[in-house]
Amino acid sequence: MPELIFQIAIIVAKIVILTFMVVLPLVPVSVYFERRFSAVIQDRVGPNRVGIPLTLFGFKKDFHFFGLIQPIADGLKLFLKEDFTPAHVRKAFYWMAPALTVVPALITVCVVPFGSPISIFGHTEKLVIADLDIGPLFVFSVASLSVYGITLAGWSSNSKFPFIGGVRSTAQMISYEIALGLSIIPVIMYYGDLNLSTIVQQQADHGWLLLPLWGHDADHTFTSKLLFWFPAAIAFLIFTISIFAETNRMPFDLPECETELVGGYHTEYSSMKFAMFFMGEYAAMVIGSALIITLFLGGWSIGFGLDAMVANLHIGDFYFGGLIHLGCFMTKLIGFILFFILVRWTVPRFRYDQLMKLGWVVFFEAALINVFLAALIVAAPQLKGTIIGIGAVLLVIVTAAVIWVAKVSEETPKVLRA
Amino acid sequence: MPSYLFWLFSTVMLIGGVSVIAFRNPVSSALSVVTCFVGLAGLFIGLSAFFVGVIQILVYTGAVMVLFLFIIMLLDLKDEEKAAKPLLPIAAGIALVAAFTVQLIGILSRTPNVIAPNLDKETLAAAASGFPATSKIATTLTQGKLPDVHLIGHTLFTQYNLPLQILGVLLLVATIGVVILSKRQAD
Repeated sequence: MPELIFQIAIIVAKIVILTFMVVLPLVPVSVYFERRFSAVIQDRVGPNRVGIPLTLFGFKKDFHFFGLIQPIADGLKLFLKEDFTPAHVRKAFYWMAPALTVVPALITVCVVPFGSPISIFGHTEKLVIADLDIGPLFVFSVASLSVYGITLAGWSSNSKFPFIGGVRSTAQMISYEIALGLSIIPVIMYYGDLNLSTIVQQQADHGWLLLPLWGHDADHTFTSKLLFWFPAAIAFLIFTISIFAETNRMPFDLPECETELVGGYHTEYSSMKFAMFFMGEYAAMVIGSALIITLFLGGWSIGFGLDAMVANLHIGDFYFGGLIHLGCFMTKLIGFILFFILVRWTVPRFRYDQLMKLGWVVFFEAALINVFLAALIVAAPQLKGTIIGIGAVLLVIVTAAVIWVAKVSEETPKVLRA
Repeated sequence: MPSYLFWLFSTVMLIGGVSVIAFRNPVSSALSVVTCFVGLAGLFIGLSAFFVGVIQILVYTGAVMVLFLFIIMLLDLKDEEKAAKPLLPIAAGIALVAAFTVQLIGILSRTPNVIAPNLDKETLAAAASGFPATSKIATTLTQGKLPDVHLIGHTLFTQYNLPLQILGVLLLVATIGVVILSKRQAD
């Protein structure tokens, strides 16, 4: 029994620390980054004034923390606003929708490996809440639940613009889920494992998927890794862009396109309920970046063959290499969030038919062909030369056929009727 | 699986199932189906069938039910919310329930009453001898873990290869059929 209580205590501690002290604070931090970084891009200053108003007490200057406490002020504002429920909404669903967008995004945190195992007094603990053997699938399945929040928000608001926003987001998220799922099949085939911790460990030992420069041996030759770089790069492109669409970020934020839909699915929401949609979007962005980093960019790994050395660093019985890896993971994560923000403020919004075409005609086909290409490359060492040749010819024919079909379907005149 | 988790998830499932028919609003009913599916996925995961449980959520809850909800919202059904109890549908429903009950009893009476072996380290290591020693399945089994994804893939692609391919062709035919039907409607 004490053993069980100890284990439960450790799980609760991991949930509290990793979800509420590592991932959740990233949401206000990324809002701050969004505001400051967009200001830099647009040659403004951005929010830099929030602080202690010392001038009120007769001092010469205010004390501001470079605007770093701006997110707290933003959050406080949203808390203190009037929580207004319009009379025409469907109450139960209207209240349920914001929670349904935040909760799935936070649940998916539990399979992300944040660092290598930490060891104290001979007790080793992995820096992941649930070390599931189906990591990426779990993330997709739980993240696919967040579409309910947006759909219900649009429908329960009982007014036309939110409804159109909700319908748009449902169609968009379901379409891009297919490209998202298909695009990582090459990665899973390459590692032969669905456990995210194992995938990151392999990348630490034998080179990141997109940077395979170290850890060569007989089973992981440099040429094989270099050959796999091409399908991996295609998968990375499709996956990253699909994550943008899946999290409703610019340039795919059609569900809340303010020039057409006022505010989209959250038009009728105010105060903390609106803030929860906001939080859900940013939490989904954080988790999406974490998944991209874990699958393609080495997760917590520092790289260049340094990881085994770092994992062995210790003071007495306390192996603290995992904390350094945690820091490395957070650095990559914040770097990727900055990339998300950079894209948002530089790329203009897509039109809705362009978005659907990109998802169904370009990404779906490209991901499918990429699966065949990756399968050929992974299986090549076990196959005879002639079979590889036949496979390559078949692949070229299929690719040409798909491109031809896409071209032909474009030429037929469209009927302008929905 | 600890029995209290089994009771928790089966209660969730039962509540979801009953509320599907108890609610008048079609959207509420659809969400009850979602609840029921989540409970079912919980039961699968409790039986160490992680892959089946997650696919249950991914396919049925995340895609199929979303489309159901989508259609219900677009149709904006109003008639269903009125209280109406026509006799014929109720009678047909009771007949269906009775038929399924008989079927369930028939299956349960023929199922041998054996307790499945515990998935402990010895059983799993013993099962590993059925696979090539260097394969991923064998190494994972000897470590005392159940490689359920690999096992499902292995079974599907070795024992049921032809049915799997036929299924794929069937699905392709259905997809092409849907595209053609929707195109014809647009013209």
